[in-house]
Amino acid sequence: MAHSTDLDIVNVTKRFGAYAAVNDVTFSVAPGEFFSILGPSGCGKTTLMRMIAGFEDPTSGDIRIRGQSMLGVPANRRPVNMVFQSLALFPMMSVGENVAYGLTCRGVSRAEAEERANRMLERVGLKGFGDRRVTALSGGQRQRVAIARCLVLEPTLVLLDEPLGALDLKLREHMKIELKQLQATFNTTFAYITHDQSEALVMSDRIAVMNQGRFEQVGSPRELYHSPATPFVASFVGETNRWQGEAAPASNGAISVRLPSGAVIQGQGGARQSALAFVRPEAIALAQDQISLGNLPNRFEGRVSAVLFDGANSSLLIEAPGFDAPVRAVLPQAGPLAGIRVGAPVHVGWTADAMKVFAA
Amino acid sequence: MKKPARNLTLFLLLAPAFLWLGLLIVLPHVEILILSLSERVAPRVYAFGFGNYLEFFTEPLYWRTFARTAGISILVTVLTLVLAFPIALYIARVAQGRLKAILLLLCLLPFWVSELVRTLGWMMILRETGVISYVLLATGLTEQRVEFLYNDGAVILGLVYGGLLFMIVPLANALESLEPAVVEAGYDLGGSRWTVLRRIVIPHAMPGIVAGSIIVFMLTVGNFATPVLLGGKNGLWFTEQIYAQFITRFNWPQGAAFGMLLLLLSSATVWLGLRLTGQNLGTTLRQA
Repeated sequence: MAHSTDLDIVNVTKRFGAYAAVNDVTFSVAPGEFFSILGPSGCGKTTLMRMIAGFEDPTSGDIRIRGQSMLGVPANRRPVNMVFQSLALFPMMSVGENVAYGLTCRGVSRAEAEERANRMLERVGLKGFGDRRVTALSGGQRQRVAIARCLVLEPTLVLLDEPLGALDLKLREHMKIELKQLQATFNTTFAYITHDQSEALVMSDRIAVMNQGRFEQVGSPRELYHSPATPFVASFVGETNRWQGEAAPASNGAISVRLPSGAVIQGQGGARQSALAFVRPEAIALAQDQISLGNLPNRFEGRVSAVLFDGANSSLLIEAPGFDAPVRAVLPQAGPLAGIRVGAPVHVGWTADAMKVFAA
Repeated sequence: MKKPARNLTLFLLLAPAFLWLGLLIVLPHVEILILSLSERVAPRVYAFGFGNYLEFFTEPLYWRTFARTAGISILVTVLTLVLAFPIALYIARVAQGRLKAILLLLCLLPFWVSELVRTLGWMMILRETGVISYVLLATGLTEQRVEFLYNDGAVILGLVYGGLLFMIVPLANALESLEPAVVEAGYDLGGSRWTVLRRIVIPHAMPGIVAGSIIVFMLTVGNFATPVLLGGKNGLWFTEQIYAQFITRFNWPQGAAFGMLLLLLSSATVWLGLRLTGQNLGTTLRQA
């Protein structure tokens, strides 16, 4: 029986005493989708995941998997498997036994379970690792065992609770790609929770940004990045410049924000009085003279106050009169401004479309 | 630091341990070993020989008493383990903060009283004129007073009671280190409570189970007051035979031989137990 969604969360609320850890959250995940829930620690994402897995009961609302309500169904009866933050591999079992564990719980014979576990290990690139102790594996290999242990059960949904958190940077970058590829080959629905926006942006088909128990916005990585719905999303997802000021209507549908210093900047959005303005560093154009910035509505002159070199992610902090914090821009590493140094004068500018304005 | 100085420091640090082992454990055992190998050939005349050991195997009372002691001790160890496991599981996994401390203290509290006094407490409860007998009579469940003392049940009860703490502490320690997520993963992948207990919790607690079982078995086999007081004449505990040889019969060489045999045979039982359950003392000690 095909169902158009794999997971439906309907008005789910979880209260601990008077505190609502998850507050009236509703969303659906389509089959085969890689869905991420992104939020700072303490935003309620772990509680939400534990409710889907069956370790917590929602105070109100419904959790449906392929249309079937999961309320009252214990964790060991749900077609959902979880990759834990600590991976939670069984140290008392070998790699093969870890993968076969779920199958034997279902009553699959020992020989068949072992056979299927070995086939699964082969598919995740751990052929011949069946007899090893889990403690003898590297971080990335343990990761793959944890995922294989879930996938061998062919669950409707795999939940992943920040499984890359404990890995070092290089391996994390590698595992991001590997996870995405695994998800694509098995075509299983993944629900991934993380506080790392880069993990969410790289891997997800859709992301929900969660804050203080609520969903701020649900959308594709590009939507979240380029058209954030709330100031929280704008500042949490990706690097951004953020200024606060007074809103005033401007010509051609744009909105002006008057900064405390008196400087006026123009952007798009809605705000009546107090306003927050956000501009991505890569949307800021740099030039040696004012003329090359042409007719950009926002043009300022400044001085480089710091060069933050980080390879492809390098950025430049520019001290500009009128702005209380330095303007962050991408460090030009080619063209006339390549090799720019601290103290050099520079002109900055951006379009009104690049600046999102929200009511503060 | 120079090498001789470092060696001296090491020597001084280890000295108390060596003195302890040497003076209190090794020396008396060497003494007893020598004593046990001297046969009485005539009054006040002793000669080297294995006669005292042969006596154990030729006189059925002795080896039967030992077999009985070992058998009951194994039963006591198993009963203690079965009783202590849920308690340790609760203390380690469910109880939090103050409650955990209070529960451990409650387990410890009876040990502030001497073993003799605790055993006398059991006697007051179990004897013919004791609490249980009185209650049974008062409620009309029995027509006359019942004697609960001086049988194997009373001995087992007293020994299990005395061993509980020594089982709970290593078990709780072992269970405490079990990561909650591992248990959750056991359920998440479809395991029932029984499967999770059998395949995850018990294997994880194995070092604690082995350590606790060895301690309880050794304490039980070597116990004296409890079987004597609660078992009376029917107690027939091997330590009583040793006591009788040393104190009543004044046959020290025979008592010494029994002492050595108790050490050897109970060690052999522990070794056999480890072999049968597929455990290794080395790994157990390393993990405990």
